[in-house]
Amino acid sequence: MTTTAEPTTELGKARTRKEDARLITGRTRYTDSITPHGTLHMHVVRSPLAHARINGVDKSAAEAAPGVVGVYTAADLGVDAVGLPCAWPITPDMKSPQRPLLATSTVHFAGEGVAVVVARTAAEARDAGDLVEIDYDPLEPVLDMEAALADGATLVHPDLGTNENATWVFDSGAAGTGGSVDEAISAAEADPDSVVVRRRFRQQRLIPAFMEPRSCVVDPTGEQITVWSATQIPHILRTMTTVTLGVPEAKLRVIAPDVGGGFGGKIGVLPEEMLCVALAQRLHKPVKWTETRSESLLAAHHGRDQIQDITITAKRDGTVTGLDVHLLADMGAYLGLVGPGVPILGAFMFNAIYKIPALKFTCTNVFTTKTLTDAYRGAGRPEATFAIERIMDELAAELGRDPLELREQNWITHEEFPFTTVVGLTYDSGNYEQATQQAKQKFDYDALRREQAERRARGDKVQLGIGISTFTEMCGLAPSRVLGSLAYGAGGWEAASIRMLATGKVEVITGASPHGQGHETAFSQIVADQLGVPFEDVEILHGDTQSSPKGLDTYGSRSLAVGGIAIVKAAEKVVAKAKKLAAHLLEASEDDIEFNAGQFTVRGTDKGKAIQELAFAAFMAHDYPEDMEPSLDADAVYDPENFSFPHGTHLAAIEVDTETGKVNLRNYVCVDDIGTVVNPLIVEGQVHGGLAQGIAQALYEEANYDDQGTLVNGTFVDYTLPSAADLPSFDTAVVSTPATSNPLGVKGVGEAGTIASTPAIVNGVLDAIRHLGVADVEMPTTSQRVWRAIQEAQGRSTQETPVDTHSPGAGLGSIDPNNPQGEVQ
Amino acid sequence: MAQVRVTVDGVNYADDVEPRMLLVQYLREKLGKTGTLIGCDTSNCGACTVHLNGRSVKSCSVLAVQADGGEVLTIEGLARDGELHPVQKAFNECHGLQCGYCTPGMIMAAVDLLGDNPDPDENEVREGIEGNLCRCTGYQNIVRSVQRAAQMMKPGSAVPAESAAPVAGGN
Repeated sequence: MTTTAEPTTELGKARTRKEDARLITGRTRYTDSITPHGTLHMHVVRSPLAHARINGVDKSAAEAAPGVVGVYTAADLGVDAVGLPCAWPITPDMKSPQRPLLATSTVHFAGEGVAVVVARTAAEARDAGDLVEIDYDPLEPVLDMEAALADGATLVHPDLGTNENATWVFDSGAAGTGGSVDEAISAAEADPDSVVVRRRFRQQRLIPAFMEPRSCVVDPTGEQITVWSATQIPHILRTMTTVTLGVPEAKLRVIAPDVGGGFGGKIGVLPEEMLCVALAQRLHKPVKWTETRSESLLAAHHGRDQIQDITITAKRDGTVTGLDVHLLADMGAYLGLVGPGVPILGAFMFNAIYKIPALKFTCTNVFTTKTLTDAYRGAGRPEATFAIERIMDELAAELGRDPLELREQNWITHEEFPFTTVVGLTYDSGNYEQATQQAKQKFDYDALRREQAERRARGDKVQLGIGISTFTEMCGLAPSRVLGSLAYGAGGWEAASIRMLATGKVEVITGASPHGQGHETAFSQIVADQLGVPFEDVEILHGDTQSSPKGLDTYGSRSLAVGGIAIVKAAEKVVAKAKKLAAHLLEASEDDIEFNAGQFTVRGTDKGKAIQELAFAAFMAHDYPEDMEPSLDADAVYDPENFSFPHGTHLAAIEVDTETGKVNLRNYVCVDDIGTVVNPLIVEGQVHGGLAQGIAQALYEEANYDDQGTLVNGTFVDYTLPSAADLPSFDTAVVSTPATSNPLGVKGVGEAGTIASTPAIVNGVLDAIRHLGVADVEMPTTSQRVWRAIQEAQGRSTQETPVDTHSPGAGLGSIDPNNPQGEVQ
Repeated sequence: MAQVRVTVDGVNYADDVEPRMLLVQYLREKLGKTGTLIGCDTSNCGACTVHLNGRSVKSCSVLAVQADGGEVLTIEGLARDGELHPVQKAFNECHGLQCGYCTPGMIMAAVDLLGDNPDPDENEVREGIEGNLCRCTGYQNIVRSVQRAAQMMKPGSAVPAESAAPVAGGN
């Protein structure tokens, strides 16, 4: 299937989104726009220091300020013993420090809350916050992961006795899913016809930077406590609020209203959410908190931040024989909801699309005095994909091979599916040849290689690089049994309900809670096809535990591949009930009833009933079979049997000005195989946005800490989110090898662009300047870094940049976000 | 307290406000115009963009009192008599939004851009909306939306010129 043919079904139709009508007119309901009458506002007083003992908190001036209802520490609220949950103990002996709602005796990262002020207005709360005097005794910050693991290192949590959170190992030799990497390396080292390539890559720390700052409102008036939160996970938040604070689950209603982006950054159980609940219970008034952008960048969880030591072994003919992966992953000061598991999600993706016979993965998670890390778009899989796609290019360079050819030599061919990989996952479908062929054609790969050779030959100051990434990912999180085997603290199912209203309209309830993905449109298309009702007649309800009581929410490209299938399963039950009722009303045998496009007909006759008529008949309930309830409504819970495995070939043409180091992304082509496409318009949007985030990692973004552990680029002035002027238009296309693990054949698309694009860009930068002797450029590959790398490769010393100046704003490329104050070498 | 008299989306208001109150706070907290959103605290993101006296401004970088005597148009007043502005239509048709949080500001900035340059090329659009950040779309469909709107707003196109005029003042 391609997306160019005009489909006769809703599936595959480029429907414009139904949710847009509100969003383009300002008729929106983001959490900060909700202020019940009498709402009190909470402000968090945060530590400016990364690591410090708290000697005392003087609240008196703040308490006397106008409009202030109260100033509270954790002890004042009686929550000093409360710890926030981590749902993923990756090993039985994982070290898990208690993450408090507010720091009590010691602060562990800059931005951690120490006290809260509650006042009549947000402005009064903030004003009074400035009057809270906290006496700190500074402690040594812990910033470098390797130093943190060394003997005698300052400990983030002394009671744990170590800065190591856990070490998680997968060895295909031990697991019986493949060979031994140690043997593969020894064999390669002893064999003149083999090579061993070792590289260290760095995954810099990123900030998800969703556009809507986090916010929550807790209203304790009424029988249930109502929590509105800018969250990706209203259902999990409800359960975890019970686990954390002991409020009975049935006394909690959690609503994720309009949510302005998440990208994994809104998967969390926040101290601020729990504080609002505790304060609302105490004060018997609605309590609201909305963070500023600077607070968000400082205190909302970050992503990535790994050091990757990768060893690949291969025969000189290009056949890969083993891959050894050693990771250090920075957890920050505490464990987030799924933080320790994020690098582990990558464990199964290092072998990517390749037939690697032996793989060992060792990951050590480390505590530092920085903001905690947790899921960010791709969560573990971008890091893995970066490492394997970068090392494949390094291997190609070592062997003098075309990197695309080398990949093809090692990848799983389309005839080999289903294919069980070296880590034991079964890839159900895919066609890497097809995606690559189309991408090469759109990109004009051969012509660009010729241009590259010409530019090299004539020593052009602008050199051309071709960046390649042939990625796959595991989506549709997740089969519950697999999650159980990984000690994850929940299942991976999703729930759906369908209500057939008396008037023939359809209400669909999903447990997948959207924050920009277009669930309402895509799910309506699915239901329209399944039930044969008009697209416009379908209403999707979500994000409120009162109307949608059961769900596991949105992350890991799961909404369609798991949530969408739950809807299909519910629709099948509706059809089965309607068929029974139709047979009764039409005085026919159920076996003789055919269902097509909303019509139930008696085979071989013109007698029939529309599904809307049957919904009305069920509502009236004047005449229905003895052995059925008068209802067509149905519920379903779907637990996937396998992950899905989207893949694609991404190609980037990168120009590097060798005199200035400026990187120009000239052209970006990608062909993604995401299985069956429900809505090509939405798919294209997801790919574009994903690409932008992945490219931003390669070129622009990094959260930088100074030597005292202070985040130095914690505003949108300094954290360089790309603008429209910093990105080109992308040339995207999809091909489809339907997934065989679910009835729609869908795979998931939310994370694909982000996972694939980062290595494509960095490979392209290096491909442009490798012949000048450059071996690596760390991300983000800013002009300054590229220029320095070229100078150093040519044996020239680079002049030190004065520490107190930086280049004035001439576009993102001119400021090194890794070191906005300049680099001293 | 300082007094501010201002017309917002065609309605006249007179209020006493704190001198430090930002226009965006005034719109959201005093007038309930929550269609205009706040995305940052350093005037970088542009989510709060509205029109003041016919020109786009980031309403977080204007004090409410600076709008005294002025006319403000927000996203809530952009559609006329139930008819969407061409830029609003184009954002829907071209999938120029996902989570929608940057959208009110992006649309108001785009309307002003098209007032200055009725037929921008891709680069002119990209540079013209540089002050408005989006984290979802990668901007490609936003650029397409603005260019589509430019086509719709050309004289002789199906969209009536008066409803396309980028002027402040509401109905």
